[in-house]
Amino acid sequence: MAYTEEELKKELETKEYEYGFYTDIESETFPIGLSEEIVIAISKKKEEPEWMTLWRLEAFKHWKEMVEPEWANVHYEKPDFQAISYYSAPKKANPNKSLDDVDPELLEMYKKLGISVDEQKKLQNVAVDIVMDSVSVATTFKKTLAEKGIIFCSISEAIKEHPELVKKYLGSVVPQKDNFYAALNSAVFSDGSFCYIPKGVRCPMELSTYFRINQAGTGQFERTLVIADEGSYVSYLEGCTAPSRDENQLHAAVVELIALDDAEIKYSTVQNWFPGNKEGKGGVYNFVTKRGLCEKNAKISWTQVETGSAVTWKYPSCILKGDNSIGEFYSIAVTNNYQQADTGTKMVHLGKNTRSTIISKGISAGKSQNSYRGLVQVNSRAENARNFSQCDSLLMGNECGAHTFPYIEVKNKGAQIEHEATTSKIGEDQIFYCNQRGIDTEKAIALIVNGFSKEVLNKLPMEFAVEAQKLLEISLEGSVG
Amino acid sequence: MLKIENLHASVEDKEILRGINLEVKAGEVHAIMGPNGSGKSTLASVIAGKEEFEVTEGSVSLEGEDLEDASPEERAHKGVFLSFQYPVEIPGVSVTNFMKTAINESRKAKGLEDMPAKDMLKLIREKSELLEIDRKFLSRSLNQGFSGGEKKRNEIFQMAMLEPKLAILDETDSGLDIDALRIVANGVNKLKSKDNAVIVITHYQRLLDYIVPDFVHVLHNGKIVKSGGKELALELEEKGYDWLKQETAV
Repeated sequence: MAYTEEELKKELETKEYEYGFYTDIESETFPIGLSEEIVIAISKKKEEPEWMTLWRLEAFKHWKEMVEPEWANVHYEKPDFQAISYYSAPKKANPNKSLDDVDPELLEMYKKLGISVDEQKKLQNVAVDIVMDSVSVATTFKKTLAEKGIIFCSISEAIKEHPELVKKYLGSVVPQKDNFYAALNSAVFSDGSFCYIPKGVRCPMELSTYFRINQAGTGQFERTLVIADEGSYVSYLEGCTAPSRDENQLHAAVVELIALDDAEIKYSTVQNWFPGNKEGKGGVYNFVTKRGLCEKNAKISWTQVETGSAVTWKYPSCILKGDNSIGEFYSIAVTNNYQQADTGTKMVHLGKNTRSTIISKGISAGKSQNSYRGLVQVNSRAENARNFSQCDSLLMGNECGAHTFPYIEVKNKGAQIEHEATTSKIGEDQIFYCNQRGIDTEKAIALIVNGFSKEVLNKLPMEFAVEAQKLLEISLEGSVG
Repeated sequence: MLKIENLHASVEDKEILRGINLEVKAGEVHAIMGPNGSGKSTLASVIAGKEEFEVTEGSVSLEGEDLEDASPEERAHKGVFLSFQYPVEIPGVSVTNFMKTAINESRKAKGLEDMPAKDMLKLIREKSELLEIDRKFLSRSLNQGFSGGEKKRNEIFQMAMLEPKLAILDETDSGLDIDALRIVANGVNKLKSKDNAVIVITHYQRLLDYIVPDFVHVLHNGKIVKSGGKELALELEEKGYDWLKQETAV
């Protein structure tokens, strides 16, 4: 690690790399490929302390020995991990600047995506930490939050400013070697969000992060860490959009939630990454590890609306460690055209009187495949554990598939587990009925789908629910001819 | 208002309607009767524009406008309403939400803004009272878990909300007990005016005691074999359909 910045730059410049811009914003992209040097370079670039560099290297060491999982019900060409550039930062970005200093072109792009920061600031009670191609470029509401002692910043900033918290909790729920993608993320994560809610504080607003992948050929490796200290509450929103791209893009994020005694975390996601075109070309590979840990009397709710990505591999989970803790998972997964989704949750009951609820709604159209995969595990000392699972599938057309893979492992006789599953199809009769009342087919499908998804949509914060509803409509446009 | 000329329609190459002629003027009530499989429901579906039926000959026009190229929703926007024999369920969509969507979609087609929530509420209150519908009923998922009678009453409630020019009631009386029948019929009668028209499709005379038709037509083998005044319904009730079948066979 005796590299100097200059030496590094020189060496990197001599390697070939692909380069392609979407906007005119000048980016700084690393050469393609992954090695110990690149991991060190990323850490150095981000001016990280040595412990962080070592942490990354350890992850990289594990990753090298791991193989990509193949058990999911998805089929795709595996990414060539040596053909990806692992770091791309908008050059002009500076996290310490105020919004006014942010590149107007960037802001313009957000506006196009319907993510107007100005508007958000004024109209909505939402603090936004925007992540674009890896580096956080704007944080709003910071001051208001700071008054309550809430820390909401980029993970890079947290590594420098709050090392004691990061050191203690990073990797505590999703260890470096948890799985192939989590190990990769741990080695090369470029940025992400960090949030800490102090004891007894109720976060006065919804915290929100927008992720998007901007540059072609760059993997996106976000790292999110949310810590709710004893008796605190936070609602966190995460939304994603991405412009169209021809080649597959890899996204391997890790989200860790820690809810200490009596704390509550609500984590809502709307994911709308490029799903590939109608022929199934392109699209994002979304391989995400999300997990939360509940201490005593704590509660974690995951709510997700997944409409994008070519391939989704995602299981937001809860470790119900503390007695009386509660885990919830509400999910809507929509697949259309050639999309494939294998998504669900894991509820691991360790403490006494732990409760979990799983409501999963899968909607398949086109030639897509939509799988629910869930694990309910009750350990031997988890007295009186309760779980309720409901998995509903809605099919549109004759060429798509819906699959349910529920796993139940119970080692305590006092457990009570319920599982319900339904599969239905949007019928021509339903469509004609709506048509006859003056509702065209597109709108009829939206209405039926929204009705089907209502239980989950209701769990989203108001402004997010409206957005999600629109997204469902857009995602299924043209799915019935 | 409605003019059907020499209408032939088939489903999967099987001809069901074989040359129907019918004219319904504004302010009139027509009853279409006939044995099972005579084509009554098909006629209703064809007027509403259901795509699985292919019109092979003839025409349907509404207020002088040929409906041939109009989609089901366009026909609805022009004022055609069909009360279904078997209304479908739509889970998670409340009656209120469904009606709101239907009304606003029709308004949109006419270039109008969405109906203000205040007006919508007023309309709902007014029409639900007309049909003696409990307000709680309106927050339930459309037709899900409804009894036969509730489904039919809900159909007429929708008719009341949408105020169509031409309402076709397909076997609205089936599954209704006598009290429900009276309420539904009463609703239809109150909605009747000199500007709209109603076609009642039924097996039995019973409903026609409450909704009194100006004309009665008997459908058999895809053709109207006899037309008459309201006394024709009574005659059918008395004699059954067999005498007609024999008569037409000659």
